[in-house]
Amino acid sequence: MDDLQNLYQEVIIDHSQHPRNFRVCQDANHKREGYNPLCGDRLTLYVKEKNGVVEDISFQGSGCAIFMASSSMLTEMLRGKTLAEIKPLYNAFHGLVTSGDQSKLPKEAKKLAVFAGVSEFPMRVKCAILPWHTLKAALTTKNEDNSKKIGSNV
Amino acid sequence: MKLLNMNTLNLKKIRSDFPILQKLVRSKPLIYLNNAATTQKPQGVLDAMLHYYAHINANTQRGLDSLTAEGESAYLQAREKVQQFINAEENSEIIFTKGTTESINLVAQSFGHTFLKAGDEVLLSVMEHHANIVPWQILKEQLGIKINFIDVDEEGNLDFAYFTKKIAKNPKILAITHVSNVLGTINPIKKIVKIAHASDVPVLLDGAQAIAHLPVDVQDLDCDFYAFSGHKIYAPTGIGVLYGKRKWLQQMQPYQGGGGMIQSVSLNGFTCAELPEKFEAGTQNIANAIALGTALDYLQKLDLTLIEKHEQNLLKYLTEALVDMQGVRILGTAKEKTAVVSFVLENAHPHDVATILERDGISVRAGHHCAMPLLERYKLPAVTRISLGLYNTKEEIDVLLKSIEKVQRFFKHG
Repeated sequence: MDDLQNLYQEVIIDHSQHPRNFRVCQDANHKREGYNPLCGDRLTLYVKEKNGVVEDISFQGSGCAIFMASSSMLTEMLRGKTLAEIKPLYNAFHGLVTSGDQSKLPKEAKKLAVFAGVSEFPMRVKCAILPWHTLKAALTTKNEDNSKKIGSNV
Repeated sequence: MKLLNMNTLNLKKIRSDFPILQKLVRSKPLIYLNNAATTQKPQGVLDAMLHYYAHINANTQRGLDSLTAEGESAYLQAREKVQQFINAEENSEIIFTKGTTESINLVAQSFGHTFLKAGDEVLLSVMEHHANIVPWQILKEQLGIKINFIDVDEEGNLDFAYFTKKIAKNPKILAITHVSNVLGTINPIKKIVKIAHASDVPVLLDGAQAIAHLPVDVQDLDCDFYAFSGHKIYAPTGIGVLYGKRKWLQQMQPYQGGGGMIQSVSLNGFTCAELPEKFEAGTQNIANAIALGTALDYLQKLDLTLIEKHEQNLLKYLTEALVDMQGVRILGTAKEKTAVVSFVLENAHPHDVATILERDGISVRAGHHCAMPLLERYKLPAVTRISLGLYNTKEEIDVLLKSIEKVQRFFKHG
């Protein structure tokens, strides 16, 4: 039971049942769909970026608790971040969910440590990481490229 | 073995026939409830594969030695076992394939390119597995045919009014599942075939989810084609069957070209071998065909009607318990069902359900089950599916129910 309790921490359940920033962002200049055809997790991620800073970020979609919580916390974490700050954050999160290593998480992102338990469930890593993959793809394309979808493969 | 008590299966003995059921998952006994995905294999089936490679291994039709003769005889015997199991008229109507998917692709391509042209219609249903949708969509792209789909109702029954209306318009073929892999619905096939034949429409049945769970008699059903996979009937992966009535198979163009399927080849062309070799190009999966025959022997010894009865008892027990639980919605409540129960929980996503069950040693499937159009019909992105097999027990279902309650405790606060 321990690793399950570690996986489904209250913060994760709370975010999955009450996702933050769960809305369309009308003036987003980056928009991208993420989809995992194996399990059906699906989101549209909206980013409004100005001069290299994330001014607004939101999402809509549906999926399992891990995926919804990860999407929700990603949007919370990234508002106000510069694009330069995102890449190390992405790498730190990847390391966290694949190996449980929390040491790379910057101080202000320690909240994400609740996802460390995912590393005990290799089949669920893709759920946690899909919004982060989608973010990466969103930031490398402009709004008009949103016809392309991004899948998660870890 | 027939049992002393003729009315029930000897579950203890049966379970000891399946080595994987001794396995522990996180120090808990494996509870395998994903039999619609694939079934486990009894020791006899595993022995048959090993015996073939250790003692016979030869390429059928490609030698004159005693090994080849023995291999050919064992392969033919396997074909006869399949013929007898589904009561086909002739063993040459039994084509070995890789599985249901290849069987359906074979019909879509060979029947399709022989008999269909642009504008012709094919009739399917919304409850089809992707394996009975995509091959026809490929044919649609190749030939410009049209595809119509019979809808299902809330309980998971076919819309018969739509079916009778569409069949009267003379589609070139009706390709439909015998049993739904998500809903468990057993379609009223005899009635369907009779109505289709009254309009001269041949019928292909996807038997993947039926073959291990109810007696199948292709002459009694009077279907034109029947497709199934070995691995869903306690035999290995990579072997399957297409049954086809001789009158169709004879007229159909070959599916694949190569060795074995020809009578003669010149630089200008070829002539086809007789049935069934005409549809078996290249070296076949001989070992697995033989092992399939062994699996069918095993089931016949146990008695398929007893297996059906056992699974129906478990289905009733499981369904009644789930209906009593708060926040559980069962998808597929047709009157005639195999032991497949798909469900969703009010507060928990199917993947979270599967993860928590897995920690109790329970294997189920969560997802769209290769039936995305069906789930879209019910507006569900995913469901959890419990599918039972002959070796499952009431005690295993009790563990499952406790585990589902655990899921609900995790997700109760909202």
